[in-house]
Amino acid sequence: MKTFTLNVNGQPRKAEVEEDTPLLWILRDHLDLVGTKFGCGMSLCGACTVHVDGEAVRSCVMPVSAVGDKKVVTIEGLANDGKLTAVQKAWCDLDVAQCGYCQAGQIMSATALLREKPKPTDEDIDLAMSGNLCRCATYCRIRQAIHTAAATQ
Amino acid sequence: MKTTLPSMDRRGFFRISALAGGGFMLGAWNAVAAEEAATFSPSAFIRITPEGLVTILSKNPEVGQGIKTSLPMIIAEELEVPWEKVTVEQAPVNEKDFGRQVAGGSMSTPTNYDKHRKLGAVARTMLVQAAANEWSVSPGECEAIAGEVVHKTSGKRLSYGALASAAAKLPVPDEKTVTLKKVEDFKLLGKRIGGVDNPKIVTGQPLFGIDQKHPGMKYAAYVRCPVFTGKVKEANLDEIRKLPGIADAFVLEGSEDHYGLLPGIAIIANDTWSAFKAKNALKVTWDADERESFAAHSSKAAEVLKGKAANEIRKSGNPELPDDGKTVEGTYHYPHLSHANLEPQNCTAVFKDGALEMWAPTQNPGSGIDGIAKALKLSKDKITVHMTRIGGGFGRRLMGDFMVECAAIAQKLEGTPVKVTWTRDQDLAHDYYRPGGWHRFRGRLDDSGKIDTWADHFVTFGLNNEDRPGNGADLGGDEFPSRFVPNLLLEKTVFASNTPLGYWRAPGSCALAWAIQGFVDEMAHVAKKDPLAFRLELLGDDREVPPSGGRGQPYNATRMKGVLKLVAEKSGWGEKLEAGRGRGIAFHFSHLGYVAVVADVSVSKAGKLKVNKLSAAADVGPIMNLSGAENQVQGSMIDGLSAAWFQEILVEKGAVQQSNFHEYPLITIKDAPPVEVHFAKSDYPPTGLGEPALPPVAPAICNAIFAATGKRIRTLPLAKQDLSWS
Repeated sequence: MKTFTLNVNGQPRKAEVEEDTPLLWILRDHLDLVGTKFGCGMSLCGACTVHVDGEAVRSCVMPVSAVGDKKVVTIEGLANDGKLTAVQKAWCDLDVAQCGYCQAGQIMSATALLREKPKPTDEDIDLAMSGNLCRCATYCRIRQAIHTAAATQ
Repeated sequence: MKTTLPSMDRRGFFRISALAGGGFMLGAWNAVAAEEAATFSPSAFIRITPEGLVTILSKNPEVGQGIKTSLPMIIAEELEVPWEKVTVEQAPVNEKDFGRQVAGGSMSTPTNYDKHRKLGAVARTMLVQAAANEWSVSPGECEAIAGEVVHKTSGKRLSYGALASAAAKLPVPDEKTVTLKKVEDFKLLGKRIGGVDNPKIVTGQPLFGIDQKHPGMKYAAYVRCPVFTGKVKEANLDEIRKLPGIADAFVLEGSEDHYGLLPGIAIIANDTWSAFKAKNALKVTWDADERESFAAHSSKAAEVLKGKAANEIRKSGNPELPDDGKTVEGTYHYPHLSHANLEPQNCTAVFKDGALEMWAPTQNPGSGIDGIAKALKLSKDKITVHMTRIGGGFGRRLMGDFMVECAAIAQKLEGTPVKVTWTRDQDLAHDYYRPGGWHRFRGRLDDSGKIDTWADHFVTFGLNNEDRPGNGADLGGDEFPSRFVPNLLLEKTVFASNTPLGYWRAPGSCALAWAIQGFVDEMAHVAKKDPLAFRLELLGDDREVPPSGGRGQPYNATRMKGVLKLVAEKSGWGEKLEAGRGRGIAFHFSHLGYVAVVADVSVSKAGKLKVNKLSAAADVGPIMNLSGAENQVQGSMIDGLSAAWFQEILVEKGAVQQSNFHEYPLITIKDAPPVEVHFAKSDYPPTGLGEPALPPVAPAICNAIFAATGKRIRTLPLAKQDLSWS
């Protein structure tokens, strides 16, 4: 066991865990940030996507020892003072979610994509979002919501 | 698209206080109000506080089908309250107050629509009566409008909050005596309304079963034998208990009952990762029967299909299938499927003082409670289950196995809450699978090119049983085209299998429609008729065909022809397309819904498939929530495509061979086509939409591939078929 201090959503957060513990389980079990979801444990579904230094990362395969002092942002850290981001708002306005389980990961990937490409094409969306599975298959609305967010942000 | 909390209606509050207090001085009013002010709750479903807070409870599990929004909408419509003023709460499990609480069979809407309208109308009627009493006028002179009651002639008005305490004192009228709104006066139903949990979903708030957390909670893994129903002989539990973060490890004996407590090893840890790591370090000797093999079933099926079927399902007319070159034949095969919910199975519980409290992502709390009561020998009144939001059901969570094992673990940890979480490989390995099957079809056309004879030898599976097909593995005698062809022979052979079978989105239909609508297409081709025209002719005259033998559902040919024509018109059916591109059409009636689908695909010469577009027309009666309804149809159609294209569960040596999404792929956004949804205008009673749009997708896709390439696909998944053409 080792104590790690992580920068999560702008706050220093401590966790006493084994070094190989994936960031996902630190967030969920130790820091009470359960918005980041477990789906596959092998970086195959994208439900666990968070931002590490601004990049979309699968937290289920990133050991805590690799996080260091990098800035971690989770779905809970996107909205500023309760104000939803353009992506979160588009997700609500277009009523994207069905079960909703994958959507935190979808939103984190979409947010990273829009930071990189403010006006993404359908091909850009295919490329950036193909690692995020939606078992309810809300893909039509995910695509639409990314375009809507791009137009409003 | 948000849930707002109404501010306190102070005027209403004092109005009630003044009435109750009569001539009290101002200073005394509040004390009187505290005594007299009462929440108006004419049923367990509705609460209106004197402050004007309107809460509507949603009785059924929310599994992504949108029921937590659409059922309360029905009450809100009749209650005549603006949706923005409504707070929705998940109901507790209590079938006395709420009736059957299940998410399955697309039945929530058809079985609750009338009842929910009446619930809303009863409350509205009482609020109107309370206002009429207050004004000493007849209720007929008053009208409920947008959360207020208005006296039509004087224009006086009182808010529901102001009327709550007085309405609470009135007797609740018989629901049969209240007047429902006219459908044409609906303000809310049929509109696009966002899901009530959307704001929490997009900000990552704890909603799901896997998000549950309680003080002092332990995290557990539960390891079952990879071979179905295998038992623990011995395991290195002493080593496991010494691993970092591990509190305990123990064996649960369980039984061979696929629906009860299955044998395994519980590992109790301080966090999920420690439990998962210890699971990987586990060395177990299992006592397991490894004979189950899908490959062996396949070989046997190939033999059996050449001969006679074991049982007749239905014979009508005079089905003769001479070997004269005019009998059309085709054998279809589809594989087992897993539900692959993105939220792996999980459950949280605490057992204390002989009682169990549980937080479960269950589609069917009643079955879980039954299973727990039986396995733990616990009286049902000692079991409390809270329904959490569910990260995908598709039928998997109708089964209570994950609740039973969590309860058994919690019982061992007396007083300590515990959350059991499965890994993905466990989730794929311990499902209740959509049964695979085979159909050997034979058919004959009459001189005019209509189907004269239809025969189907269905080979399916029973759970260690050669007489009774397993869950979701049967073929009913009324299955289309039964009742629509003059001569029919449906037969089956059941293979005994130890693979647990279950209800997978549109059970039965999800597989049958693919095979049947594929062979209908083959018959159309032999008849040299347009696939749409051939189907319309097969459905015949406008009429409702009654079920045979008095059970089952009537089949309304008029409605099915209606959706076929609608989707054909909207999708540009009949247009000339370039080589390598084709359109296919299919229809299916299930879950009381009539759905027809056109698929537009391109196939490269090398055999690469691209689905350009899917179009659907559905007749499911009036739509409750247009946003949710469209989302369900689009999602279930892409789900149908995903399964047909990529998915297959294979069992060898008694165990499932697929371990994660690289071996059991779900469709991704790049392969998901645009989906156009058209709802037929319909005055029939409203029916559910979680399932009926899925079955016609796979056959429409395969029929489109035939149109594009001339290749008839008779085996799924598509990813394993050679689609190349020249």
